[in-house]
Amino acid sequence: MNEILKILEQDARKTPEQLATMTGIPLAEVEETIRKAESDRTILKYKTMVNWDKLGEEQVWALVEVRVAPQRDVGFDAIAERLYRFPEARTVYLVSGTYDLSVLVVGKTMQEVAGFVSAKLAPIEGVQGTVTHFLLKRFKEDGEILEGEEGPKRVPIVP
Amino acid sequence: MNKRHIISKRVRHIPPSGIRKFFDIIASMDGVISLGVGEPDFVTPWHIREAGIYSLEKGYTSYTSNYGILELRQEIARYLKARYNLDYDPEREVLVTVGVSEGVDLALRAILDPEDEVIIPAPTYVSYTACTTLSGGVSVPVPTTMDSGFQVRAEEIEERVGPRTKAILIGYPNNPTGAVVDRKELTRIADVARRHNLIVISDEVYERLVYGVEHTCFATLPDVRENTILLGGFSKAFAMTGWRLGYAVASADIIEAMMKIHQYTMMCASTMAQMAAIKALKEGDPHVQEMVTSYDQRRRVMVKGLNDIGLTCFEPKGAFYAFPSIRSTGLSSDEFAERLLLEERVAVIPGAAFGECGEGHVRCCYATSMAEIEEALQRIGNFVKRHRSR
Repeated sequence: MNEILKILEQDARKTPEQLATMTGIPLAEVEETIRKAESDRTILKYKTMVNWDKLGEEQVWALVEVRVAPQRDVGFDAIAERLYRFPEARTVYLVSGTYDLSVLVVGKTMQEVAGFVSAKLAPIEGVQGTVTHFLLKRFKEDGEILEGEEGPKRVPIVP
Repeated sequence: MNKRHIISKRVRHIPPSGIRKFFDIIASMDGVISLGVGEPDFVTPWHIREAGIYSLEKGYTSYTSNYGILELRQEIARYLKARYNLDYDPEREVLVTVGVSEGVDLALRAILDPEDEVIIPAPTYVSYTACTTLSGGVSVPVPTTMDSGFQVRAEEIEERVGPRTKAILIGYPNNPTGAVVDRKELTRIADVARRHNLIVISDEVYERLVYGVEHTCFATLPDVRENTILLGGFSKAFAMTGWRLGYAVASADIIEAMMKIHQYTMMCASTMAQMAAIKALKEGDPHVQEMVTSYDQRRRVMVKGLNDIGLTCFEPKGAFYAFPSIRSTGLSSDEFAERLLLEERVAVIPGAAFGECGEGHVRCCYATSMAEIEEALQRIGNFVKRHRSR
């Protein structure tokens, strides 16, 4: 199970046939494993990692630190939910330290991101304050180095 | 002066490498997928590289002890104890070498007198035979075949033992076949060695790269300690080929003799590489596991792919090579490799480069990206289809 998921995590386009060959697990078992993982949301979805910078697409990313007052019984969950419902909030984490929620916001322009933070995020009841950090450059994401990564330089023929 | 007389007879006696010409062909072509490599496609894990860089920053740029940095020898001894329950004294029984290649050379030179014979199962890694010749010895091959899974049998070795036989040189997991030999047969080989008072040089550079089987370290067999030279290295397990670092462990008298040659010819292994190797042994294991899993996946794809094409391939249990039969094409291994390269831009190594009994096979390294393996299999399939229908 784990091996199949690890391979798919690296390359979601691997077919069940390929997975069966790679792992030595029978095809029917591979298909069943995937079906089950999809239905219980162990596999959330299959996606493609795109480097939009290559297309010159303007994208503005911001990491927003959010301080919130936890609520009785539900802690941070209710506020987190109100926040993560916004499509602009790409990721939402509860973190330890000087603030509580870390929110990655993606928009087309700085104004759009700033507008979202001031008009939507900050006014949520229980939010005590925000600090917005605009991303200047992405070096590595989800384990992938975005630029300048080179493989080993091997000579093609070695006995 | 006639040039023929400048070069020693011994060196002249060594045939030129059969794969040299492939370099020149590849250099003139674009889009070649090479299955002809003999090393990992991973870069050395970063924290090992970082240890090498840090050693430079801290000014570790001098010679080390001829034997190698003591801390590294201690780590090697600790590793062998933890993994194989072997006891070697890091001060007198461990020598750090410049790759296992130097280890092979030192071991042979330390034990061979002129005309002494070394029994070597074949197909064999190319340097065993050449280093035996360079040491003044005579190599005696023991051919193995795909039908027997490239397994060497103890009685085939014993049949070749003569009055001048000094050593048996084995390398399992094997380059080029990917074969491993099980503990039972190795024990019988050890018996032969003991009966005839032979040294066994066991090159175990691929020890970590085994799939679904357990590696048997030759030195763990009963009563072999006194006549075994165990060679190991960092190149394959930790993807450190370019660092050139290996080690030899054996009884103190043998290590002392090997060190004598090493100190006059090499002084010591690179200090930076030794510092990085300490880190590799201390913290590298998770990386090894990850790489082994990845090789195993690619191994299955390669072996199935070759068999589907009709190039019969026994299942290699170690290293990162498949060694399929190409007899169905009617081509020699050299013709196959050359035409495949010219017609389909895929490089493989002709089996004949690894000894006569390698003829009829080619070596395909699967330490390359899955996408390249799949594309290479496609191209080899086209090639085989074309040549079989002729």
